[in-house]
Amino acid sequence: MLDLTINTDVARQILTGFIKSEVTRVGYSRAILNLSGGLDSALSCALTAEALGSENVLVLRLPYHTSSPDSLEHAQLLIDKFRVQSETIDITDMVDPLIQHDPKMSDKRKGNIMARARMIALYDRSEEFKGLPIGSSNKTEILLGYTTMWGDMASAVNPIGDLYKTQVRQLSHSLEIPDVIIDKAPSADLWVGQTDEGELGFTYEEVDRLLFLIVDQRYSAQECVEEGFDENFVNSVIARMRRNQFKRMMPPIAKLSNRTIGYDFLYLRDWGT
Amino acid sequence: MRLSDHRGLIFSGKIRRMKLNLAIAQIATKLGDVESNLEKHLNYIKQAKAEKADLLVFPELSLTGYVVQDLVATVAHRPTDEDPVFKHLLKASQDLDLVVGFVDEDSRHRFYIATTYLSGGRVVHVHHKVYLPTYGLFDEGRFFAWGDSVRAFDTRFGRAGLLICEDFWHASPPYLLWLDGADLMLFSSASPGRGLTDREKLESARWVERVSKAYASMFTSFVVHSNRVGYEDGLHFWGGATVNDPNGELIAQGPYFEEALTIAQLDLNQLRRTRARLPLLRDERTNLTVSELQRILQK
Repeated sequence: MLDLTINTDVARQILTGFIKSEVTRVGYSRAILNLSGGLDSALSCALTAEALGSENVLVLRLPYHTSSPDSLEHAQLLIDKFRVQSETIDITDMVDPLIQHDPKMSDKRKGNIMARARMIALYDRSEEFKGLPIGSSNKTEILLGYTTMWGDMASAVNPIGDLYKTQVRQLSHSLEIPDVIIDKAPSADLWVGQTDEGELGFTYEEVDRLLFLIVDQRYSAQECVEEGFDENFVNSVIARMRRNQFKRMMPPIAKLSNRTIGYDFLYLRDWGT
Repeated sequence: MRLSDHRGLIFSGKIRRMKLNLAIAQIATKLGDVESNLEKHLNYIKQAKAEKADLLVFPELSLTGYVVQDLVATVAHRPTDEDPVFKHLLKASQDLDLVVGFVDEDSRHRFYIATTYLSGGRVVHVHHKVYLPTYGLFDEGRFFAWGDSVRAFDTRFGRAGLLICEDFWHASPPYLLWLDGADLMLFSSASPGRGLTDREKLESARWVERVSKAYASMFTSFVVHSNRVGYEDGLHFWGGATVNDPNGELIAQGPYFEEALTIAQLDLNQLRRTRARLPLLRDERTNLTVSELQRILQK
């Protein structure tokens, strides 16, 4: 029951088909994405290159002056391997003027500014390149809300948002993403020494197993404890999921009329395509 | 031994030598763009005709796309000669029989998920989906009226029945068609793929394939399944058309995830051979079922 293994051939076929369909049906043939040097954007890049052809993909490397040099190097490995177009824009000059307004600014706020600066660069270059922005948020971080709204979450389509982090690793192996990227400690690289698992307080392997039971298998908290998970861990993960529901939704519109966007004006985004 | 002698040893009566060249169109549709979807239908009809198909089966809501939501009223059509979409399909049905999925609007403006069987320029039968899934990712009951009949009908290939997706997730509609004389069950779906595991097939595909085979086996009938492909937002549809014969054997299968025209030749005499061996239909105790149902309903 507690097996997160996926058939990577099937996943690859569905996800590349998804990217191709969603990009082409809105009249685009190209895509753009931010390449952090981490695994999630590496996987989105590999899938997008396979779906659209390398020549139709532009990746951006967007370092801040504190970013790890490894991040740039690892992004370069992917650019070389998947032969996608690339640009590098240092975001320090975008970010620092706002940070300098508040000498007491927390790392979290600074990190959010960086994530949103990268979103601005992505959407700006998207317009010029005529490429649809592809997302890289995985299911684990979306459920935990471990992400910046309108920052790294921002995209037009997200091919990997229904894959837990451990499944991202599995699919990345099959797409031959370099081991050095798959094996390194996941990090948003927003400040020196930051790691996801250090900040979250648990490993992705642990939390993915728990989320799989709660979300995919509809286990109650009590049933998760009976499966051997620590009760405090279970409760804290459920609380975190609930608390971050707002990040997974468009802002609710206050209803006044007979027909209101989001409630009774219902069309898919693919309407007419 | 001459062929006629050989046949004489086995069966001395008249055999209805009947083959049905069946084609299944697993297509991707444009959501809410009936005109464009009609054009695709006419293209597939042309291809099927070139393959000498007698009958071509399209998927659920093949003229409209699946998650139509508030588009329901704008994509609805009536299967009549005057209808700008159906006049083309009725004309095409003079060459080969067609099963088409659409949104049907009745005279009092109720909207149904429907399939219709067209033949010789006529509407032979219309089925309104009787089970509208309204749970999980599905929201059909919010937008559509529930059909209220399950009927078999006569075709030039014998008696047939139409069901749409969730209809055959329930055991009773195929059972009713069987008792009403359908030997050819034509199922159509717009089945969103879900349940990715380490196995080669999605859970949703495995489930549908399993029950299609089971119905063919239990009802000693032909069971045809036509499912669409393509994407609507994040949903994908997995295709994988199937034809199972009265022995429950898979005799044709379409590919997964891509558009295709799958051709199968159905030897309708297989019905006779299978039922001579395995008389499940003969032995079905319908009265027992009815009396027990009456008892259960009176509880």
